[in-house]
Amino acid sequence: MTKKKQNPFWQLFSSVKLALFILIALASTSIIGTVIQQNKPPEYYVDLYGANLARLFQTLSIPDMYNSWWFMILLGVFSLNLIICSLERIPNVWRLVTMDNLETKPERLQKMGMRKTMPMEGSLSEATSETASFLASKGWKTDQRELENGTLMFSQKGGWTRFGVYVVHISILIILTGAVIGSSRISNSILRNPHFAFKGGVNIPESQQTDVIYSYLTQKPLPLGFTVRCDSFKIEYYPNGMPKDYVSVLTVLEDGKEVLTKVVEVNEPLIYKGITFYQSSYQPYQDYILTVKNQTTGLKTTDIVPYAKQVTWKEGGARFGIINMEKRGEAISRFKIWFTDDQSEPTKFWLAPGQDALIERASGTYTLSAKQLYATGLQVAKDPGVWWVYSGCGLMLIGLMIAFFMSHRKIWALVREEDGKVTVLFAGSANKNKLGFEKTFSTLIEDGK
Amino acid sequence: MDSSLFFGITTLGYLLASVFYIALFVFKNNKLAPIGTALTVLGTITLTIALGFRWYESYQIGIGHAPLTNMFESLVFFAWCIGLFYLFMEYKFKNHVIGAFVMPFAFAAMAYASFAKGINQEISPLVPALQSNWLIAHVVTCFIGYGAFAMAAGLGIMYLLKKSAVDKKLSEQTLLGSLPDLRFIDDMTYKTIVFGFLWLSAGIITGAIWANEAWGTYWSWDPKETWSIITWFLYALTLHARFTRGWSGSRIAWLAILGFCSVIFTYFGVNFVLSGLHSYGSS
Repeated sequence: MTKKKQNPFWQLFSSVKLALFILIALASTSIIGTVIQQNKPPEYYVDLYGANLARLFQTLSIPDMYNSWWFMILLGVFSLNLIICSLERIPNVWRLVTMDNLETKPERLQKMGMRKTMPMEGSLSEATSETASFLASKGWKTDQRELENGTLMFSQKGGWTRFGVYVVHISILIILTGAVIGSSRISNSILRNPHFAFKGGVNIPESQQTDVIYSYLTQKPLPLGFTVRCDSFKIEYYPNGMPKDYVSVLTVLEDGKEVLTKVVEVNEPLIYKGITFYQSSYQPYQDYILTVKNQTTGLKTTDIVPYAKQVTWKEGGARFGIINMEKRGEAISRFKIWFTDDQSEPTKFWLAPGQDALIERASGTYTLSAKQLYATGLQVAKDPGVWWVYSGCGLMLIGLMIAFFMSHRKIWALVREEDGKVTVLFAGSANKNKLGFEKTFSTLIEDGK
Repeated sequence: MDSSLFFGITTLGYLLASVFYIALFVFKNNKLAPIGTALTVLGTITLTIALGFRWYESYQIGIGHAPLTNMFESLVFFAWCIGLFYLFMEYKFKNHVIGAFVMPFAFAAMAYASFAKGINQEISPLVPALQSNWLIAHVVTCFIGYGAFAMAAGLGIMYLLKKSAVDKKLSEQTLLGSLPDLRFIDDMTYKTIVFGFLWLSAGIITGAIWANEAWGTYWSWDPKETWSIITWFLYALTLHARFTRGWSGSRIAWLAILGFCSVIFTYFGVNFVLSGLHSYGSS
């Protein structure tokens, strides 16, 4: 211990002054990135701040400051400070928790803030056992030690709560560890394994599939190791036209076989093999999906059709297309469909997206449905550190509660005989919430009278 | 009968409560205390009813969701948290003068929600990102913290006023001299900050978990997130300065006020000045 204390490095990193400095530094530098927009192209900064200032920004990595070398150094110093501060103090706390409180001198008990002396009836040994059983009945089981002229009893609660603050410190380190494990930068540049942790995205048009996604960090394709197909995508609207939900139906395929189908919505992702797919955006195409079924023959066709373009379905013996449509906001409220089986005049009718139209023709009965073609925009993430982060968060809340609301409380009772009179001296101390413990202590004494 | 009537009664109730508490402080007339308390209780009850009504109304128009989703609703909920937290502290510490420094915050939140331009009071449907069970947990934890920090700032102001009276050796009969004992205010400020810090931590954590469920990233340095962590750093600093460097009194009072400025900026500033993922909170 003493050797370590001489080491100026150790001294610096175990100091609370450094902790205060780092907290101020983190708080004040963090402001920069909220004022200067992050991750814009270089021209943005030149236009807004001028060439010179923009160059300075680039040198200091201001456009991506939360990933900059100097911010990492701050976080590194912060972590080291947490570790060394805790290492420095935990042995002392350990000593406080495990110390032999029966060694406490009667003179010290007589000087404690919380104390009360009371006369006792009966002999010294009777008074001793009476006091011990009284304290035990109040939930304070005591240890005892014989002194020259009496007996000292001691009981304590919540000694371990002195570690609460270190639980909080460790929880922060666990969260930061999780952040490191889940960092796509580290997995890409240090582990050289971009598959270990990544964030990326992919757009999959309806009925299409993909086995790669695109890393946000490198913009390069990352193979998934399986295939994801977008079976359908739709936007649900509120009556006032505001979007209510974005819904994709995704199917996972392994070696061409369907493994899993899931409805993915905002706040309801698909998780497969540690990779999570989030509904994040969409892209409408100027193409439409027409599904036609011949009820008589059971034949069915699904076609992706541009506006005002005719589809010829030879097997089903029909031709059809979209000749008009109406929009409400961005959404299409109805299509005008043109349909013929070449046996008589073509049919024209209006149809709402997603609904089935029944078409009676000389050649048979057909059903037809139409909708706009979309690509679903998925955010794709693999973060093996997330459970570290979650555990750290849980631990932090537990630690904060221990550190703030629980305390180490001690009670001594010294029964002794002086000049033929038997007395008991109660003394108490608490490391936190002294006022609260004072109340507990005085109620205890009242009950003991 | 609808929720807006009850919101109106609350605004009036909190206004009158503030007036009575301030009068109690200025005229040193403790007989006014029960009136102030009664008005605060009344305001808080009507506000609870109003929030319940609004929740119910949202179901009636077919877009049912907890009333915690836009600027108006969050302001009102903020006022509710302040009112409730203040009543708890008043009950616990049996001191009414604090009301003069805290209830104006609750009234200001209600008045701003009700009368400011650009605050949309309509119940609007939830955008897809907000449709999550984490919404309630996130907003409630954050605002309990904000409510506590508002109280701590009120106590900080009170401390500085009393301190100036003590420094000038004003007697207990003067306006500022009549404020509670410095040690008492200091202790309350600290306890309130501790309470708020726990809830702010919980608020940031629930937000992070929600962000991860919705977007696949628990932390993206969006301005709101960044400001919440700046606020967290500030209060962490305050607690460390107190625990380990023995800071107390005026320094802690100033930090309580500074911390609340950071809370206010996290809450309003980010919505109105900066842009980011939390933009739905701005209208």
